[in-house]
Amino acid sequence: MHMADALLSPAVGGTFWAGTIGAIGYASKKLKDHLDDRKIPLMGVLGAFIFASQMINFTIPGTGSSGHLGGGMILTILLGPHAAFLVMASVLTVQALFFADGGLLALGCNIWNLGIYPCFVAYPLIYRPLAGDGRSAQRILVASLASGIVGLQMGAFSVVLETLLSGKTALPFGTFLLMMQPIHLAIGIVEGFVTAGVINYVRAARPEILDSSASSEPLAAGIPLRNVLIGFIALAVVTGGALSWFASVHPDGLEWSIKRVTGKGELPDQEHGLPATLKSLQEKTAFLPEYGFKPPANEPKAKEETPSWPAVDAGTSLSGLIGGVLVLAMALGIGWAIRAFRGKKII
Amino acid sequence: MSFEASYSGIGRLDRLSYRDTIIHRLDPRAKVVATMLFAIAVVSFPKYEVLSLLPFFLFPILIGALGDIPPGFIARKVVAVSPFAVFVGIFNPLFDPGVVSIAPGVPVSAGWVSFAAILVKFALTISAALLLIATTSFPGICRGLRRLGLPALFVSQLLFLYRYLFVLMEETMRVVRARDMRSFGVRGTGVRVFVRIVGTLFLRTVERAERIYGAMLARGFRGEVPSMRREALRLSDAFFVAAAGSFFVLCRFVPVPQMLGRLVGGLAG
Repeated sequence: MHMADALLSPAVGGTFWAGTIGAIGYASKKLKDHLDDRKIPLMGVLGAFIFASQMINFTIPGTGSSGHLGGGMILTILLGPHAAFLVMASVLTVQALFFADGGLLALGCNIWNLGIYPCFVAYPLIYRPLAGDGRSAQRILVASLASGIVGLQMGAFSVVLETLLSGKTALPFGTFLLMMQPIHLAIGIVEGFVTAGVINYVRAARPEILDSSASSEPLAAGIPLRNVLIGFIALAVVTGGALSWFASVHPDGLEWSIKRVTGKGELPDQEHGLPATLKSLQEKTAFLPEYGFKPPANEPKAKEETPSWPAVDAGTSLSGLIGGVLVLAMALGIGWAIRAFRGKKII
Repeated sequence: MSFEASYSGIGRLDRLSYRDTIIHRLDPRAKVVATMLFAIAVVSFPKYEVLSLLPFFLFPILIGALGDIPPGFIARKVVAVSPFAVFVGIFNPLFDPGVVSIAPGVPVSAGWVSFAAILVKFALTISAALLLIATTSFPGICRGLRRLGLPALFVSQLLFLYRYLFVLMEETMRVVRARDMRSFGVRGTGVRVFVRIVGTLFLRTVERAERIYGAMLARGFRGEVPSMRREALRLSDAFFVAAAGSFFVLCRFVPVPQMLGRLVGGLAG
């Protein structure tokens, strides 16, 4: 469920990056004060471990399809929330670079979706109270299931929100939600079982690892609620800001959908064919009726007025199409020429 | 993607990043900043804009050509990760039935236009991200991120992860191969075996980390991974960022394809 650059608007991508950078800074600072150096290589190597174990497929019981590990909850239980968040962030960064999972702008969203919720919400609010002192295998199972499901549900919901706030898809909120949440419920259940299995395995083999992770993080028990509150306030600000930005850029889009709901008696009946289609397009995207080359604009205000589809008459539209093909051909030609010259060792 | 395939994909990107070309020699910070600016400029276009995105292909094409990166390799990787964007975007033609005309007498549903925009943006941003790592060594990117102000602890996480990624992946690959050879088809690939494998790998990893820590203490580790490099931004790096940045601004606010098309139309007519 990696978010992708192509579905994001800069405002949403930027705000989630800001939130993520803040969380990385916060977690680093917290760890710097309370971490012994011993944990630094442990965290790094565990990041590599999560990465490697994500590539082991297993068969999901009853379905025959295969799944793989997310690992957020396992890390949080074993390392504590702050260290686990940094490890998740580094795993996702490497994934974004080497597997191109989502892209660079979406990386902020992805760290937020897959890191914040398991580490700072599901772990302190659900896992810790349910697992208690962590000595009972059944309680660990229940806690892992509940926290795994909640963490992934929040992450999936976050993906839906980010996508819709960005306004690049026409997918209705409810439909998208109905597609995302159930599948992540299934994934969350599997993830919960796997998490509990691994934790219980580690507890049986080396119980001191779990004990030390709980005791070396005295913060883990005390601060979460405040953290979570701050997180939610930040999220509210982020989404509120993004929402208002969205609304200000696409009032026409909203108006259009309202108009569609209330019935469209706007178009005169005699309009048919091309003018009608162009008019409906014009209403939908509200671009400037008089098409001209816009001067380079620096202010965001001017940017928002940039037409969505700057072609009003068909002639312009055709010439744009020709120009687009030409631009692409030129770019490819330049690349080909460089490669050709490089082959002959001229450059 | 099979384990072997994804492993060799990472290995190949890593090997590409140690080439010596004009792009590889640029400072990592310059490339990170330029790629970020590129991504922001590309995604800032409204949802029905396709044509004005096309000039942006020049950036990945130039980086790939000057950096001597095989285009087929990058293209295959872009296609391999496309399912989520395609999955979300494919609903646009269904839910957005308005009609636009892309050429005289050729009406299309507006949803197809916005779907095409998503695909073009996807190809642009993902290829740019892959080219960043293909032309910049990962330790180089980490140094750049540290200089750009990310916390030292986080950057050392990235370095450790990368250093032990290949070690652990090779170990995991051996375990997976052993499991696959013992499990004919489905039997033995279930959750129960998986949990044992992951648990064992975890314990081995913890023991490895303890040995690493001991070895690092013996070499004077005091909590941060030091870098001996003292690199300053050169004129060429500044020029690269400035040139890339102004190109992005130009293409963002001037509809180059439309202008070119009119020019050609004017010459023909």
